[in-house]
Amino acid sequence: MGNTVIEKIIRHNTGKDVKPGDIVTVNVDRVMIHDIFIPFVGDKFEEMGFTKLWDPDKVVLIYDHLVPASRVDDTRHFHKGDEFAKKYGMKNVHRSDGICHQLMTEAGYVKPGDVVFGTDSHTTTYGCVGAFSSGIGYTEMASILGTGTMWIKVPETIKVVIEGELPKNVMSKDIILRLIGDLGADGATYRALEFSGSTVENMTVASRMTIANMAIEAGAKCALFTPDEKTAEYCGIELNDYQKSLKGDEDAKYLCTITYRAEDFVPVMACPSQVDKIRDTSVLEGTPIDQVFIGSCTNGRLEDLQAAAEVLKGKKVADYVKLIVTPASRKIYLQASKMGILDTLAEAGAMITHPGCGLCCGRAGGILSDGERVVATNNRNFLGRMGTSKVEIYLASPKTAAACAVAGKIVTPEV
Amino acid sequence: MEQGKIFKFHNDLDTDQIIASQYLLLPNLDEMKGHAFESLDPDFAKKVKPGDFVVGGENFGCGSSREQAPGVLKALGVQAVIAKSFARIFFRNAINIGLPAIVCKDLPDAVEDGDTMVLHMSEGTAEVNGKTYTCTKLPEYMQNILNQGGLIASLNREEE
Repeated sequence: MGNTVIEKIIRHNTGKDVKPGDIVTVNVDRVMIHDIFIPFVGDKFEEMGFTKLWDPDKVVLIYDHLVPASRVDDTRHFHKGDEFAKKYGMKNVHRSDGICHQLMTEAGYVKPGDVVFGTDSHTTTYGCVGAFSSGIGYTEMASILGTGTMWIKVPETIKVVIEGELPKNVMSKDIILRLIGDLGADGATYRALEFSGSTVENMTVASRMTIANMAIEAGAKCALFTPDEKTAEYCGIELNDYQKSLKGDEDAKYLCTITYRAEDFVPVMACPSQVDKIRDTSVLEGTPIDQVFIGSCTNGRLEDLQAAAEVLKGKKVADYVKLIVTPASRKIYLQASKMGILDTLAEAGAMITHPGCGLCCGRAGGILSDGERVVATNNRNFLGRMGTSKVEIYLASPKTAAACAVAGKIVTPEV
Repeated sequence: MEQGKIFKFHNDLDTDQIIASQYLLLPNLDEMKGHAFESLDPDFAKKVKPGDFVVGGENFGCGSSREQAPGVLKALGVQAVIAKSFARIFFRNAINIGLPAIVCKDLPDAVEDGDTMVLHMSEGTAEVNGKTYTCTKLPEYMQNILNQGGLIASLNREEE
């Protein structure tokens, strides 16, 4: 019998013929720790009695949730991180380069077929290049830092096939929101999602990243895309035989297969306050808004900023609406700057911030208050996520978000 | 086992509700625990007593990877979390820090906030209002971690 992509990755990693439900120990290729949790990871690591990292080069520390610091004592986390990195000989430390999930792929830390863990639930993002990556807590991270290994249960796989050409006003964000709505917030819990079909093959790595990033919102353990030429170019490598083999076999056993026609997708939104409460944007039209956020590890990439700029070019953000744009990394910031995208956004009235997680997780730069409504391109609309628990968060694509910023209310983007 | 009071919560309860991200910067769990479930019940931390239970619905603990979510519940002395199902990361984190996370399909809908429960971990049953409910037993691997008091104790045991 054939294998799914996740089964192939775990088999390659462990040398064992595995099946869903097996509990196996994997060798970890890379780990990511961010600024919020590094003090806790460091304390646990020493409490466990470890005295050295299993491999300092495989550990990446990224400051992003607290960059730039917004409250007194936030910088304590940087100092704790710096001390830990120095003490244990870590070189891979990013202090203001961008959001962790963007940097892990952009800076080449993750390659197709790798096994990667991070202290953040959106670590599923690296499935965009065909890596098995998932979020864990700080105690487990401390254990990996000492041992280089981690126990996992081999997940069952849900296959998602999308064929055809997407309508012009639809982005990959609309696909993953629709899928989360169809699966429910726990529809993929403990399971792997595996994407294929012509629509997925024609997608950029950046668009795939948006989908893999939000797989956790359906509870998924990981989300996997088959590495192809685009992946190789993005990662700056030539795919080896193992990486080329990461395609679901025709006789592999799937829990189920969900098939979509690309032409059937429309712009959608996740309505307050559940990510699986998906509605067509057309039925929400006219709802007044106070703020629009375009950015985050979900939708802060160059193509996202470009899509927003195309909508906003020559137009103005509506009165009373605040448009905040956060590129996902310094590299993207610079590219967008050189291409004139940031000029277009600023001329339209956008506030452009330094790459970071502040707004998405409600820590800095655009906190909202009771009764306010925001259209945002990030990944969660939980109660209290971006301000008080009486803020309404609507999740949408960058195109939809930009169109809403101009209209001052919820609208469906035209193109 | 000691009996404890039930604090009941809804389906898809996310980790931001258990402990909001703004409190994750506090230096330790003892300082964070007073803010547990603050957005849903500002008095939760005052009302809950050591040995009490948290009962949830489907997908309990979805959202962020923050280990402080099970952490604050354990710090408040919560004996166990019983739910119809758990989000993956919350479940792993709970077991790894030694907080029993027990799946019980029938119990959550049948009990009320404030009911008294007795949990028999080894038998995999829970008693509420004179009725016994069967819970799903943990895989042996996880039961071992839990029995030893969490992942740290378990790793130390392996070294010995």
